[in-house]
Amino acid sequence: MKRIISILLENESGALSRVVGLFSQRGYNIDTLTVAPTDDDTLSRLTLTTQGDDHMAEQIVKQLHKLIDTIKVVDLTEGAHIERELMLVKLKASDNDIRAEVKSCAEIFRGTIVDVTPNTYTVQLAGDSEKLDAFIEAVREIGIMEVVRSGVSGIARGDKFLRV
Amino acid sequence: MELLSGGDILIRALKDAGVKDVWGYPGGAALHIYDALYRQDDVFHILVRHEQAAVHAADGFSRATGEVGTALVTSGPGATNAITGIATAYMDSIPMVVISGQVPLSKIGQDAFQETDMVGVSRPIVKHSFLVTRAEDIAETIAKAYYIAATGRPGPVVVDIPKDVTDPSYKVAYEWPTETKMRSYQPTDKGHRGQIKRAVKTLLGAKRPVIYTGGGIVIDNAAEHLIALARKLNFPVTNTLMGLGGYPGTDRQYLGMLGMHGTYEANTAMHHADVIFAVGARFDDRVTNDLEKFCPHATIIHIDVDPTTVSKNIEAHIPIVGTCTSVLTEMLSIAEQLTLEPDAEALADWWQQIDQWRADKGIYTESRYEPSSGTCIKPQDVIKMLYKITEGEAIITSDVGQHQMFAAQYYLFDKPRMWINSGGLGTMGFGLPAAMGCKRAFPDTDVACVTGEGSIQMCIQELSTCTQHNLPVKIINLNNAALGMVRQWQDMNYSSRYSESVYEDSLPDFVKLAEAYGHVGMKITHLDELEEKMRECFAMKDRTVFMDICVDRSEHVYPMQVPGGSMRDLWLNKTERA
Ligand SMILES: Cc1ncc(C[n+]2csc(CCOP(=O)(O)OP(=O)(O)O)c2C)c(N)n1
Ligand SMILES: [Mg+2]
Repeated sequence: MKRIISILLENESGALSRVVGLFSQRGYNIDTLTVAPTDDDTLSRLTLTTQGDDHMAEQIVKQLHKLIDTIKVVDLTEGAHIERELMLVKLKASDNDIRAEVKSCAEIFRGTIVDVTPNTYTVQLAGDSEKLDAFIEAVREIGIMEVVRSGVSGIARGDKFLRV
Repeated sequence: MELLSGGDILIRALKDAGVKDVWGYPGGAALHIYDALYRQDDVFHILVRHEQAAVHAADGFSRATGEVGTALVTSGPGATNAITGIATAYMDSIPMVVISGQVPLSKIGQDAFQETDMVGVSRPIVKHSFLVTRAEDIAETIAKAYYIAATGRPGPVVVDIPKDVTDPSYKVAYEWPTETKMRSYQPTDKGHRGQIKRAVKTLLGAKRPVIYTGGGIVIDNAAEHLIALARKLNFPVTNTLMGLGGYPGTDRQYLGMLGMHGTYEANTAMHHADVIFAVGARFDDRVTNDLEKFCPHATIIHIDVDPTTVSKNIEAHIPIVGTCTSVLTEMLSIAEQLTLEPDAEALADWWQQIDQWRADKGIYTESRYEPSSGTCIKPQDVIKMLYKITEGEAIITSDVGQHQMFAAQYYLFDKPRMWINSGGLGTMGFGLPAAMGCKRAFPDTDVACVTGEGSIQMCIQELSTCTQHNLPVKIINLNNAALGMVRQWQDMNYSSRYSESVYEDSLPDFVKLAEAYGHVGMKITHLDELEEKMRECFAMKDRTVFMDICVDRSEHVYPMQVPGGSMRDLWLNKTERA
């Protein structure tokens, strides 16, 4: 089962490598990982997604919590939450028919075209991972040159929040 | 405020952290620190002969005293030599601080001379690590390092200090923090009261209980609490290899060690138990055997200070996260309040069953191994002799192999911190330097290192440290002229094909070797000389003595769990199975 885990981490050198190291050391996979400082620049917020049953998820959360730099850890999978991922896709688009098709695809998926050359269109898209997957399938025939995905960022719905 | 250089600040901070001894080895990146050491008398430095030994000695000191051990090494090879020692301490949750010199900040990342990314290399085997980038940060970092090492589930902490940070020409104000607080690190102390109550009720309802305790009891100084509870309940107790001494080895309620080389009575009782009360133990694979077949009838109560340990290998029915002392104390007080009493009738039956197991195939019945005779000295009998002569009062360190298991089985530890071994990592070479650490901590107590001719050669250079720093430890070398434990597995699983487990007459003359270092050497080949020589050895209080004892080569360690079986599936000797 897919898991989405949020971590609040001291923004210190070596902290991120301890998180990443923990996963390889304990034999867990990381599917996606996003990290950036928060409004408080002494803190980093990480979101990572992984696969695992309940036992493994519990171990991962506990192990992450055990790291000295970790302030808070939440398994977002357990409650209602929002996931968002950003994607940039560069597509081959030299003839007009194709350009029209890319445009309409982008519109349907609520994407925006953020760069244009005579031969390419670059589409920006945000949403949950399934939506981004669906867009890739929709434009695969057209000719994908490059795909960049940010990895998932997540936040709990409602009143719950992760803060020191 | 006083202005000090980084090197002086470091030493002053060590003093303020309560450090008296540092075990170490100098080198380029640590020279400012060594110069600071030279110019003061508060912190004493003990020069070892290999950085691995510095860490093991600090580790042995820590295990014997409960205090945080300290090692100091230089960058690059000094740091990498320390790695085995750090991993050893990490696996056994030993509080320790390892300070490593590092190349100057400006050279980091340039493949400078003797540059190793120590924080990176040690990352998976430390509780935490620091790279100090400013002299101003040294005191606070040292305070944090000792705090982290000693609290919660203890462990080694690495503090890597680039050379320019200890530069004597750059001076800053020294201030020792009055309090160490970290928002990201708040170790759990007290367990959940509701859970503790449930646990007490479950214990009081048990008909075939076993108390299974590990190193946590020793580390947390909880032996007295354990004894009080076990006596009140009249439950049988078994200890892991790391937990020996946590419960008195000579007590009637004690079943001996459990696990791979545990006793028949402990392993069989575990298998049939209806309630297993695990305290400060971690259901290690050397204890449980096949997890699928582990204790099929048992309700499991598990206390540990580390949440990741609880329900990691075996799902606990009643998990409790807290220190052994606080949870056991609370359990005792709850047990006193409740009007319930343990089920005396069921317990009487259970004890009768256990006594039957003990009498039938117990480890301390006469027939467990062929007796020694003449030149065929059984290693078990050497340990029994050691126990007799030291009256069970010596601190025993050990290396890794058959000798370690014989020592664990046949030396009965009545108190914690008397049995010092590398249980988790199983590090050959640990015994002698660990013994030095123990001797330094307790100069008036006999300290014996039970070792094998294989293991002792992994840190034998430390005989020289014993000379320089007057550390009169006794080395009890169970010389079976083979990597005995390897050989045993080769006998059992590889049709006695002794691939690289014998030395073909290349062993040194250990007596001469000991003498070359300025010590006393003894070689024992006949049973008749054993007692007298060993008495002589321990009578020489101020000498390091190396007893090279030729023991039966063909002896195996039994009981031994049958791989893939349950706790109670055991080989009892070469032909008999339980
Ligand atoms: C550093 C290290 N290398 C290898 C091993 C694997 N090993 C475990 S026991 C053993 C044999 C030890 O021989 P010795 O010290 O003579 O003890 P004996 O078993 O003969 O009593 C070996 C090689 C180990 N535990 N540690
Ligand atoms: Mg040997």
